[in-house]
Amino acid sequence: MVKEVFITETNCITPIGFDVATNIQNIESGISGIQLHQNAMLNKPFYASTINNEELNLAFAKISPSENFTRLEKMMILALQPIVENSKLDLNNKVGFLLSTTKGNITALANPSEESFQSAHLHQLAKNIANFFEFKTEPIVVSNACVSGILAVSVAKRLIQSEMFDSIFVVAGDEVSEFVLSGFNSFQAMSDLPCKPYSKNRTGVSLGEATAAVLVSSSKENAKIKIIGDGAINDANHISGPSRTGEGLFRSIESALAEAKINANQIDYISAHGTATPFNDEMEAIAFNRLELENVPVNSLKGYYGHTLGASGLLETVIGIQSVLESKLFVSLGFDEIGVSQPINIIKENQDKNSNYFLKTASGFGGCNTAVLFEKVK
Amino acid sequence: MLENKTYIETFCTIQNNEITLNGETIFKSDSDLFADFSKKAYQNFDINYPKFFKMDNLSKLAFLAAELLLKNEIDESKENDIALVFANKSSSLDTDVKYQNSISDKENYFPSPAVFVYTLPNICIGEISIKHQLKSENSFFIFDAFNSEFMTNYAEVLLHTKKAEKVLCGWVEYYNEEYKAFLYLVANEGKTEHNKQIIENLYNK
Amino acid sequence: MEALKQELKAKIIEVLNLEDINVADVKDDDALFGDGLGLDSIDALELIVMLDKDYGIKLVDPKEGKNIFQSIETMAAYITANRTK
Repeated sequence: MVKEVFITETNCITPIGFDVATNIQNIESGISGIQLHQNAMLNKPFYASTINNEELNLAFAKISPSENFTRLEKMMILALQPIVENSKLDLNNKVGFLLSTTKGNITALANPSEESFQSAHLHQLAKNIANFFEFKTEPIVVSNACVSGILAVSVAKRLIQSEMFDSIFVVAGDEVSEFVLSGFNSFQAMSDLPCKPYSKNRTGVSLGEATAAVLVSSSKENAKIKIIGDGAINDANHISGPSRTGEGLFRSIESALAEAKINANQIDYISAHGTATPFNDEMEAIAFNRLELENVPVNSLKGYYGHTLGASGLLETVIGIQSVLESKLFVSLGFDEIGVSQPINIIKENQDKNSNYFLKTASGFGGCNTAVLFEKVK
Repeated sequence: MLENKTYIETFCTIQNNEITLNGETIFKSDSDLFADFSKKAYQNFDINYPKFFKMDNLSKLAFLAAELLLKNEIDESKENDIALVFANKSSSLDTDVKYQNSISDKENYFPSPAVFVYTLPNICIGEISIKHQLKSENSFFIFDAFNSEFMTNYAEVLLHTKKAEKVLCGWVEYYNEEYKAFLYLVANEGKTEHNKQIIENLYNK
Repeated sequence: MEALKQELKAKIIEVLNLEDINVADVKDDDALFGDGLGLDSIDALELIVMLDKDYGIKLVDPKEGKNIFQSIETMAAYITANRTK
């Protein structure tokens, strides 16, 4: 018998709130973290969703006097801290620690010192966080482009099924940096307005920064949601563009459904990737239609947070879980007129709806895709 | 958890200008630079795939090791459900540094999309997936050092839960001319048992 | 114009890492994308950077690239008409 796996704790640190409740309040009010910025990070004005430094430092000072942490590390520690505390777990060798990021402390590369270079290593970032909480096990870092955050949930579930761990603290995070902004800009992938997922006039992404954390556990006690199936399948098509047929995403969802032993028509809500690039959103609409998911309410949370890269999959899972727990569906912010060739059921106004099965998906560079299915705990 | 045994079918190591397959040296060169070594290896094994030369060094390294393990494994007439699970220490830092240099001088600021795309470690998995048409499970992990316990557990759970028929996994590390690839193919059948100790021994060979 | 065409061929081969292709192999009216040299979307983005870096031309709308990058012929004509360095 394969073990049952649950998510028992959630938290997030974002530009629109330093806990889940505040984030939900702001989402319900249609408040976005995306603002126009003009600074040294890019040679032109850009829209992005960023965390205020003073607020971050103030919040961090309440839990630690240490000055030795980078911005991203503070964001990650803040996301994990209440979860570690609430869990009251004995941090022994059956408690894992999994960190998801695409670029970690990449800003350290701007400083040419050897010490700074060392801190750009992702395992060093994970070690710094692990030491803060005194986790006993070797940190595991998953870095798989824009699916990292949701892939981390899948990996945590699998490691618990493998019996390597009983529970795993998962944290995901990425920052808005000159490095990433210039890269997306060189790809002509930046939106000239706050991003507009699935809309006709969408022109690309708005970047964002955030951290999110969850506790994945084999124990049903305090379970918020059950993880019932997952898949992370490559398109095998192109390293920067998604498959035109949505092949990898289609297969990832199929794999998750097969494991969960449910049919596509049982899914009540999809929190999709929706980066607002022309190709991504179109690809998702095609994949969802191939699975006959076109009538399932779907949103992208990128309109509130921007694309938070390695954080996005986990952050959007945390918000999605809360949607299920509160029996609510939130507007896909930034959407106006449908701009994908296949019909999909974009959530246009906040509504009350009971959801039993929730699907989270993401896709990214390297042709990667991930789908995870969740079931409400009764 | 099902306790079916799993096995190592084949393994390949690339380091110090030398490639070994299942413990036998199959290619050696006296190159000073990885670019030269990898090109000679590409020519030696008659890999006709011009996209190879667009890849960054991490992708070239992973691609070569995967090529040698998969060329007799892949049956092009059918789907091949081989998962790719790689790990390393330096992520994509070699290319990250190259990209950072292209944006640090504001007088000469020309960020390159062709470099930026390789600032993610999992791009090498994408390259291999495309070449061998592997529409399969894939993920990239970072550790301080080769973590045989994690790798064996993760490969086994993929096989046991039927997420893949075989798993190509291992270590692909590249930073500034320092490199090592150790990839191996795990399956439900074979001769060499797949366990932490054997993986460790093979890695250290 | 002839010198510029030769220069472009050499640059494209170098910048886009087109191994096994020589300047002499590329004809002025060969299609750069699709069946011709087989360039892809990342190459197109890289050519936009090349226009900026080497010829001081900033494309306002990346979609313009499609017409400009049809062949060496069309690239050379566009650069000659618009270059600032």
